[in-house]
Amino acid sequence: MALNRKKLLEIVDTIPAFPQSVNQIIALTSRADCPPKKLVGVIERDPIVTIKVLKVVNSAFFGLSKEVTSVQHSVVYVGLNTIKNVAISVAMSGVLPKDNEAGLDMEAFWKNSLAVGVIAKMLAEKHRVPPNEQADYFVAGLLHNIGKVLFAHFFPGEYKEVLDKSEKEKIPLHKVEKELLGIDHCQLGSLVAKEWKLPDNLRQCIRAHHTMVNDYGDNILLVAIIAASQVNHYINGSNQVLRRLPKQIEDYLGAPMLEVAESLTNLDNEIKKAQSFVDVS
Amino acid sequence: MKITLRGVRGSIPVPGPSTVKYGGNTTCHEVRADSGDIIIIDGGTGIREVGNELLAQLPVKVSIFITHTHWDHIQGLPFFLPIFIPGNVIDIYGSFDPVYMKDLRSILSQQMEYCYFPVRECELAATINYHHLKEGESVQVGSAKVSCIVTNHPVLNFAYKVEENDKKFFFTGDYEPPVNIYDEEDEEYSGYQELINDQQQMLVDFIKDADVMIADSQYTAAEYPSKKGWGHGTFDTNIELARVANVKQLHFTHHDPTRTDDQLEEIFAEVMARDNLPETEFLLAKEGTVIDL
Repeated sequence: MALNRKKLLEIVDTIPAFPQSVNQIIALTSRADCPPKKLVGVIERDPIVTIKVLKVVNSAFFGLSKEVTSVQHSVVYVGLNTIKNVAISVAMSGVLPKDNEAGLDMEAFWKNSLAVGVIAKMLAEKHRVPPNEQADYFVAGLLHNIGKVLFAHFFPGEYKEVLDKSEKEKIPLHKVEKELLGIDHCQLGSLVAKEWKLPDNLRQCIRAHHTMVNDYGDNILLVAIIAASQVNHYINGSNQVLRRLPKQIEDYLGAPMLEVAESLTNLDNEIKKAQSFVDVS
Repeated sequence: MKITLRGVRGSIPVPGPSTVKYGGNTTCHEVRADSGDIIIIDGGTGIREVGNELLAQLPVKVSIFITHTHWDHIQGLPFFLPIFIPGNVIDIYGSFDPVYMKDLRSILSQQMEYCYFPVRECELAATINYHHLKEGESVQVGSAKVSCIVTNHPVLNFAYKVEENDKKFFFTGDYEPPVNIYDEEDEEYSGYQELINDQQQMLVDFIKDADVMIADSQYTAAEYPSKKGWGHGTFDTNIELARVANVKQLHFTHHDPTRTDDQLEEIFAEVMARDNLPETEFLLAKEGTVIDL
């Protein structure tokens, strides 16, 4: 059943570009002095993000008495700060397809990705990564498993078998993918990430987050994502917790797993907060 | 209606000899409708005293309108004693938080979680009802009608208007008039300014001919440039609003917590010395002030 590589590449070609605006929105909004007209400009230049922002602001949740007709209007009406938050949520939710016929549980997928993103960001904070770079950690967590969604979306029949087998035989997903499809979600994700021209270190997170070696070189983002993913497995009592962590991951965590997990005191709230962003569509 | 100013301080309560004249409690205004119905706008620390006084007339039915859920507008609620007494009915009105996707009840009960407060929301003995308002919606409370409009603040903020027998009372909640995000040389500048003007017109129409307006004037015009985007107005922005909306009486409120009574009076005197003030009567909001309308 291995996937035809040519067909795969053709499909990868058809995937819409990862909107540059998403990166820009995340970068701008993580600055304390987020310049309003720049943010408005970034949103305005992306018609999809614009439409979504307007849809959210005009939704019943805001309950406004007049229709908001432009991004500028929305800032005047409900304030820059609120629009900033709406833009973040819209940017996040617009990246990936929402459902699939393969039976990949998208809610669980999102929850897991968010949790890894939030933990990675919290770990980065502990490592005194400057606030404007912390967003990269969150995004890397959010996207590291993107290959799974692409499989489910573009190869629903084949991927359903993969999911069933992994579930039934308790074999990690990436191994079953490799066995049945000839390529795993790390590789597929990485191919698409290349098409999307995502930054190299982020692409490596997508490609190598299941690769266990002792030395990851200077890609701290990748180290953080693997570490965060392990912390997340640990917190959820998953069978994917490794008995021995690679040395660099262990060093990055800097303490036994239990201690690390306990030190992330605000985790649930942070995840909920991030989730409320992603839920909006 | 009878309006009593119960809390006029912004951000945090500041009790002490230097604030005793204008008061240290955070935002709360009490309105008694002619029908006797009790309306309270915001649950800053000023609400505690209202609650204590209401104990003399139990059981009570109270309608509380929340402008937004920043601390200084809700921190008195857990100390509003009527919520603990069976037989009382408390209706709480406000907006849904569309960014955090949280309803009023979740937000307000979170401040009563056990790590913050010894009594949990679910243990409150009064009947408490939560109502989400939409902009422009109005609620009839006895003989008074309360309606709301969104005003600019870092979170969704409702300004409220109470009307009864042709009398009109308006409270801005926390409000920073929107400013143009473009520079004059930008081509978007004039278009954006038009949007601001339209938005202002909506507010002016809402306030038009108010008998009393209480307005967030935390900063002076000189302080404002370094406080831009913090969500508060100035004495001067409110004077202009009062002028165009033909407001009869304006109380400057949300006093900055760092201000002493003397400083407030100094600022007030300076502002009142401006040329070309409208005919509005201007006052510094003062805790305990009673206005009969």
